[in-house]
Amino acid sequence: MAETTNWRTQEQARNERLQAGSKFADGKMVKPADATALLEAVIRPGDRLCMEGDNQKQADFLAAALVKADATKIHDLHIVQSGIVLQEHLDLFEKKIAKKLDYSFSGPQSEAIARALNAGKIELGAIHTYIELFGRYFTDLTPNVALTVARAADWEGNLYMGPNTEDSPTVVEATAFKQGIVVAQVNELMDKLPRVDIPGDRVDFIIQSPSNFYVEPLFTRDPAQITETQILVAMMAIKGIYAEYGVQRLNHGIGYGTVAIELLLPTYGERLGLKGKIASYWANNPTPSMIPAIESGWVKQVHAFGSEVGMDAYMCARRDIYFTGRDGSMASNRTLCQVAGLYATDLFIGATLQIDISGNSSTITQDRIAGFGGAPNMGCDAHGRRHPSDAWLKAGREAAEGDSPLVRGRKLVVQVVETFSEKMVPTFVETLDSIELAKKLKLELAPVMIYGDDISHIISEEGIANLLLCRTPQEREQAIRGIAGVTDVGRARDLKMVEMLRARKVIQRPEDLGINPLDAHRSMLAARSMKELMRWSRNLYDPPTKFRNW
Amino acid sequence: MEMLKVQKVAKRRAVGVREQGILGVVASGNLEVLFERVVPGTACEIEIATPMKGYDHIWQAVLQDFIDRCSPGGLRITINDGGARPDTVALRLMQGVAMMEAE
Repeated sequence: MAETTNWRTQEQARNERLQAGSKFADGKMVKPADATALLEAVIRPGDRLCMEGDNQKQADFLAAALVKADATKIHDLHIVQSGIVLQEHLDLFEKKIAKKLDYSFSGPQSEAIARALNAGKIELGAIHTYIELFGRYFTDLTPNVALTVARAADWEGNLYMGPNTEDSPTVVEATAFKQGIVVAQVNELMDKLPRVDIPGDRVDFIIQSPSNFYVEPLFTRDPAQITETQILVAMMAIKGIYAEYGVQRLNHGIGYGTVAIELLLPTYGERLGLKGKIASYWANNPTPSMIPAIESGWVKQVHAFGSEVGMDAYMCARRDIYFTGRDGSMASNRTLCQVAGLYATDLFIGATLQIDISGNSSTITQDRIAGFGGAPNMGCDAHGRRHPSDAWLKAGREAAEGDSPLVRGRKLVVQVVETFSEKMVPTFVETLDSIELAKKLKLELAPVMIYGDDISHIISEEGIANLLLCRTPQEREQAIRGIAGVTDVGRARDLKMVEMLRARKVIQRPEDLGINPLDAHRSMLAARSMKELMRWSRNLYDPPTKFRNW
Repeated sequence: MEMLKVQKVAKRRAVGVREQGILGVVASGNLEVLFERVVPGTACEIEIATPMKGYDHIWQAVLQDFIDRCSPGGLRITINDGGARPDTVALRLMQGVAMMEAE
C-alpha cells in the first residue's frame, strides 16, 4: 500500500531531536554550560556518531561534553570517525557510552587503542583508509549526529574553518543531507565570516567553546633529528626513483625519510640538475620541511589534506603554491586531496614499521594499532586510472611480462625504511605481527597498510629493491632479503640469487647508483634545524612551542 | 665495555695514499672510527670497543658485508662505538673507505 507508507520518518525523527535540543538553544546558539544537556537531547542510543576527530583539528570541547553524558541516556553509540586522537575518544568506550568503532587513524592513541581492543572494551568494525570511510558515510555508515569544529560561525550558522577544513565538508554533507543533526563548536562568533566553508543551513547548533580547539602539529619533523642513514636513503630515492622515472606528481608520507628527501631537493637534487624535472605537483600535507624546496622554486603547487600548526601565514603569503580562499587563507579538503593522491599522482612514498618477505607492510604491531590514515589509498595502484604519464607508463612496462600491445601503467608505491628501527627492532620480518593480532582479536581481515602486490620499490640503507622487475615469488622474496641488511630476514638471503638480481638491476646498492657515501652528511640538508626553516620562510613560519628549543 | 677483534682478508687493497683519517663521534647511537693504512697486503684488522653486550653476531655480519662491498685491504680500523645501529656502522665504514680512497 504505497499511499500509506510514510516516506518521511527520518525527517520526523530529526524534527523531534531538533525540538528536544531547542530547549537549550537560542536560535542555533547554545551556551557552553548546556553542551552535555544538548548532546543528551539530540543523540539517541545506538546512533552512529562522528566527532571530528580528524587528523589534526579536534572537536575537543564537544568530545569532553559527551564524555560527561549520562550513560543510561546515551549508550551503545557507534563511532564512525577518521581519527581516534583524544583521550576522550577512548573514555567514551570506557564509560560505555560508545560500543562500536569504525575509524582510520589513531596515531597518538595507538597504544591505548590496542589495550582497549585487547580488553574487549571496543567492538571493532574495521580500520579504513580515509576515503574508504568517507565513502561509507554515504552508504552503510551515515552518521546520525556529527560534532564538527570551526574557527568561527556567524549568527546564521555558516562556518569558517580557515586552513583546517579537512574532513568537515564531507562529514557535514553526509549527516545533514540524510536528516542527521550537526553540532559545531567554534572559537568565535562573527557578524561576517572571512569565507564560508560550510553553509549555515547544514548546521543545527553552535557552541562557542571556552578555549580554542586543539590542533595536533602532526606533520612537523625537526630536521635536527634526521640521521645520515636517512640522508643516504633519501639520495637513493631521488637518484634511483624520482630521476629514473621522472616523477612530477607525488605524495609524501610523514616520516623522517621523506622529510630528508624534501630537504635534499634544493641541494642534492639541484646538483643532479633535476629542478623542474621532478617533484613539481604535490598532494601533500603543508609540512614546514617543504619550505626550502618551495623557496628555491622547485614546487609548482601543493594541494593539502589539512593544515599544519604554524604554517598559516606562510601559506597565505605563498598563494601561487597553495590553494586559498578569497580571504587568502589556505583551503584544505581531505576527501579531494585523497582523491588526487589516488588518481592523479604517480608516486607515493612513505615509511612503515614492518615489511614481510612478500612485501606486505604494516604499521600495526602487538602493542600499537596506529591505523592507516591515507597511506593505503595513496599507496596503491589505482586500477581505475586511465590517463598516461611517463612515470606511470615506465613502471607499467617494467611490470609487464613480454611485449604486450596492451600495457597498462603502474603507480610507483615506495616504502622507505631503515633495516632496524629504534631499540634494534627489525623492520623486515618473516610474518607480520598483524596476522597474530587479527587472530587474537578475531578480526576477519588482518590489517595490512600496503599489500605487497601494490608496492613497486622498497628502499633501505642497503639499497633499492625494484619489485616491478621480479618475475617470480622467489625473486621477490630474495629482492627483499637482499636489502634487509643484517636482520634475520636479511641474513637468510640466497647470496647467489641476490647477486643475480643485482646484475639485473632488481637490486641496486648506493654504489651502483654512483652515490658517494661521504655525501650522506647533514650538511647536505637545506635546513638542519627549526630555526633554519624559519629563516627560509623569511620568518613567516611560526613553529609550535614544542619545537622551539631556543 | 666489550672488546672485539676481527681479522679479515679483502679482495684487494684500498686505493689511494692517505695514511689515516677519522670519522664520526662517540655519542649515543653514533660511533667514531679511525682508519690507518698500516696493514700489509689485502688483510684488514678491525678492533671494536662497544658498550653493548650480546651483539657479536650482528657485528660479524656487518663487518663481513662491509669487507665484501668495500674491499678495505691494507687498513686497520678502530671503532669506538656509542651503541650505533647496524645501518649507522655500515654507513660510517663505507664513508671511511671513501675518505681513504679519495684523491
